Parts: sequence; C-alpha cells; structure tokens
Amino acid sequence: MTIEARFRIEKGEFLLDAELDIPEKGVSAVFGPSGCGKTTLLRAIAGLEPCADGFLRVGDQVWQQDGFTVPTHRRAVGYVFQEPSLFAHLDVRRNLEYGLKRAPVSERRIPMERAVALLGIEPLLDRQADQLSGGERQRVAIARALAMSPGILLMDEPLSALDAARKQEILPYLESLNEALDIPVLYVSHSPDEVARLADHLILLEEGRVTATGAIDEILTRLDLPLAHGSEAEALIKATVAGHDEAYHLTHLDFAGGRFTVTHKPLPIGHSVRLRVAAKDVSLTLERQSGTSILNIFPATVGELMPVGSAQVMVRLMTGGVPMLARITRKSAAVLDLKPGAPVYAQAKSVALLS
Amino acid sequence: MSPGNPDLIALGVTLKLAGLTTLILLLVGTPLAWWLSRTRWRYRFLIEAVVALPLVLPPTVLGFYLLIALGPHGPIGGMMESLGAQPLAFTFTGLVIGSVFYSMPFVIQPLQGAFTAIGKRPMEVAATLRASPLDRFLTVAVPLARPGFVTAAVLGFAHTVGEFGVVLMIGGNIPGQTQVLSIAIYDHVETLEYTHAHWLSGGLLLLSFLLLMLVYGLNRRFTVVQP
Repeated sequence: MTIEARFRIEKGEFLLDAELDIPEKGVSAVFGPSGCGKTTLLRAIAGLEPCADGFLRVGDQVWQQDGFTVPTHRRAVGYVFQEPSLFAHLDVRRNLEYGLKRAPVSERRIPMERAVALLGIEPLLDRQADQLSGGERQRVAIARALAMSPGILLMDEPLSALDAARKQEILPYLESLNEALDIPVLYVSHSPDEVARLADHLILLEEGRVTATGAIDEILTRLDLPLAHGSEAEALIKATVAGHDEAYHLTHLDFAGGRFTVTHKPLPIGHSVRLRVAAKDVSLTLERQSGTSILNIFPATVGELMPVGSAQVMVRLMTGGVPMLARITRKSAAVLDLKPGAPVYAQAKSVALLS
Repeated sequence: MSPGNPDLIALGVTLKLAGLTTLILLLVGTPLAWWLSRTRWRYRFLIEAVVALPLVLPPTVLGFYLLIALGPHGPIGGMMESLGAQPLAFTFTGLVIGSVFYSMPFVIQPLQGAFTAIGKRPMEVAATLRASPLDRFLTVAVPLARPGFVTAAVLGFAHTVGEFGVVLMIGGNIPGQTQVLSIAIYDHVETLEYTHAHWLSGGLLLLSFLLLMLVYGLNRRFTVVQP
C-alpha cells in the first residue's frame, strides 16, 4: 500500500508544493526546520486542510483528486497530534474505544488489547485523562490511533511537547511499534535524534518543497544535501548483535561492511540495532593500521568528496555497500591522494548505539 | 396548586413560560451558538450584536416593537388574523415569543463561549477517529460544552422568571394566561398588599439565588484538561 501524494497549499505567504511517494512499509520521517510545512503536509493527508489542492492515493484508494475529497472521517488515518489530545470527558478506556467503535468491522485488524499492550497502558485504562502525566497521555493517544486500525499512521512531532525523560519513556514503544505492526508511518520531526532512531525513509522538506526522499542511510550521507555538510554530519548503520566478548566486556555488531565492536550491551544475539557514526570521528588510512587502539576499522572505497569550509573535506565512503562519512582536512585528502574509487581503510574512533 | 389562589396561578404561568422559553432557546440557540463559534464569516459581529441587543435595550422597547409586530395590525399579527387565527398580542404564545427574544443572549452567549473554548483540536481528533460531523458534535462538542449548557439553561430560565417590562407590554395582565409573578408583585404593591408582595418577592429572591448557586456549583466541578 504505497502512498502517493501531490499537494499545493497556499496559506498567505506560505506555499506548500510537495510531491512524494511514501513506501508501504516502515517509518518515513518528514524532516525539516520549523515552518517548512511538515505539519501542513500531514494535515493535508488526513484531510484536515480545507484548501489543499492536489492528489492523494493511499493503497488502492484515492482520497483526493480534482476537487473530489474524501472527508477525514472516511479516511483510515490514525493521527497523533503534537500535544496529547485526549477527550477530557472520557476515561482512557472510552478514549481508546472512540475510534475503535467507529472503524468498520471488516477493517479492524488491531484488537484493543494489542494496542493497549504495545503502549503499556494497561494500568491506566480506568483513569481520567487529567490524571495522567504528559507521557502517559501521549501513549494513550498513540494507542487510540492504533486501535482504530488505520491504513496509515500520521504522527506530528508526538514527542515535542514532552521533556527529555518522557521522550525516553516513549521512544522504545515507538521503536517496537514499527517492528510489531505492518502499518506505514509518516513521522514528522525536527529532531535528528528521533529520526535516526525511528526512521527507515527520510523525506526532506524545505520551505514547502520536498528536497529529497530515500532510505535514511542514503539521505543522511548524500553530499549534495545539507545534512552531510554540518558539524553534526553522521552515518546511520543498521547492524545485528553477533556476540559478546565477556572477557573484555564488549559486544560485536555485524553489518554488511564488517563488524563493529563496542562496549558491552546486554542485548540478545540477532537483535537489530542502529549505530551512528559521526563524520568527525572517522579517519582514513591507505593501509590497515596495526598498532592502533582503534577497534573499528573497515576496508572502504571512496565515493565522492566535497569541500567543507576552506580547510576540510567531507568524504563519502562505501563499506560493503553501506555509506559512511569521514570529515578530514583538505591537506590529508591531498596527501592521501583521495579520488573516487580509491581503496582506503576507515577507522571509527567512536560509535553511538541507538536504542 | 389550588386553582383559586391567583398567586399560585401566576407562579404556574411563570414556570411554564420560563421552561418553554428555555427549551426553545436551547434548541434554536445551540446551532446558532455553534455556528457563531465556528464561522469565519466577516459579518459575524452583526449577528452577535443583534443577539446581545436585549442586554442593553429597555425591555419596554423590545416589548413595544413586539406588540406592534404581533398585534392585529402588525406584520405577524395581521398575518395570523388573515389566516383566521388569533393575533398573538396578549396571549401566552405571544409571551413566549417575547421571552425568547428577551432571554436570547443569556442562552446564546454562554453556549458560544463554551463552544469557542473547546477549540478546533478535539473536533479534528474526533474526525480522524472516524466520527462524522454530527456524531462528533454530539459526542465531543456537547459533552465538552456541558458547563456552558448548564449556565445557558439556568440563566435563560432565571432571566425569564425575572422579566417584567416585555410581559407588561405584550402580555398584559390576564390572570391564568399572561399574568406572571413579577406582574403579580407589582399588582400587590399597587394595592398595598405588602404581605403578599413579600411572599412572592422573597420566594423569587430565594429561587434566583438557588438557581445561580446551582450554576456556579456545577460548573466548578468541570475542569478542562490542558495539554
């Protein structure tokens, strides 16, 4: 059930002119600075923007085309708003049932118990909305959106109204959601951290226009996009837990380009993890270093180079088909004579394990 | 109620008038208040001003125009007459019509305020949870606006009980038909029957106080959950 959307929305000075295809599986993050039209795009998909012009197809259903629009209540969208918008006059259970009862029986795929279990809100069911913490309310709001068995789940910065501790409380639920359910998720965020943890695909939005879409590891490392230019530039690598080194208290993580070794994490073998490797933590050598304290060294091929500022160069590498970034000085690039296609060794000084 | 006691009959007429007026105003006022709270029509303020007029007009002015409109030579009364019906001036029906206008702001304004306070979000949430417009109005807007409904009903009722000028102008003073409590009090004072006047006035004072206490007491219990 791919989603195809083309929208043109004018709001005073602001113009959203976006065209995108959203894959049927996984989390697609709509990423961009505040005011770039992320929320407007999401609202248009839900049918909440009355003046949206365009075309929208979700799976085999056309929701909007040439002036014809399916009203919001006939669209199978789950929507999680920025602030947890529970109905104040209903308790948690009745909030969950509100959408569930209204979903056509033939479309009900997620039983309420499942939604409750996925978000861990069993103990909250009989409480009133005003007796819940901000994080609990947002978990209930997510469960409520799931319980109506949506064909697509739209999440508009669901964590932005919460403090850091509450964010950490909810993120694991969002991660497991993605694995447990087979619903395409469109996740709006301006937090690189959330995007790195949750997204499989990335849609970059800037001033109302889609500037790039693609797999997250691809987009993060594309040198023609601004994400790979800043001092925070990084690569995202999906790996699986391969084993533990009890003697040295380490954990081995395998990915297509080799094996990362990090400090021990109590994770089962086979567990999927995401790693962030910052461009500034990767150095390059022409031969494999032997006398070094660095554990994570991978053979790689230089892809592209792009100057960053006057003294530095961003290098995009491929390690076993997985893109990585290295930010080195322009002088080093000249000394090593780095050119596209050149074989090198990438040394990652530090690696951050997400989730 | 002993049918012989004119004061009790006046009380009966008063309660019937206030009850009917409140009911009509809730039925007509709810959609109007909802529309006023949602519309982006630029001339909305015109309607709002008309709704608020009875707050500032002397009731005699409202009563005077209604008398003319409802009387045998007025547009409405004349039409009624040509249809073979009674003109509405000096009838209970005429009184109800007058009261509906007179108490209108006391019902519409609390409702509009309560609907506005709900904001757009809960209705959008309900729409994404597949509730149709009428469904979400009944299951979300109305329950969330409950304090507004309580205020509107009680104020509309109490204000109608207290009306005098409009009734005097268009209802007259026909016992059992259009004589309401406030007029009966006036009559008692005119004829120096102060004991009767005391009973009725004291009763009205107590009733009004109890009703307002009910409004404030009930509304205190409802709090709006802030995100």
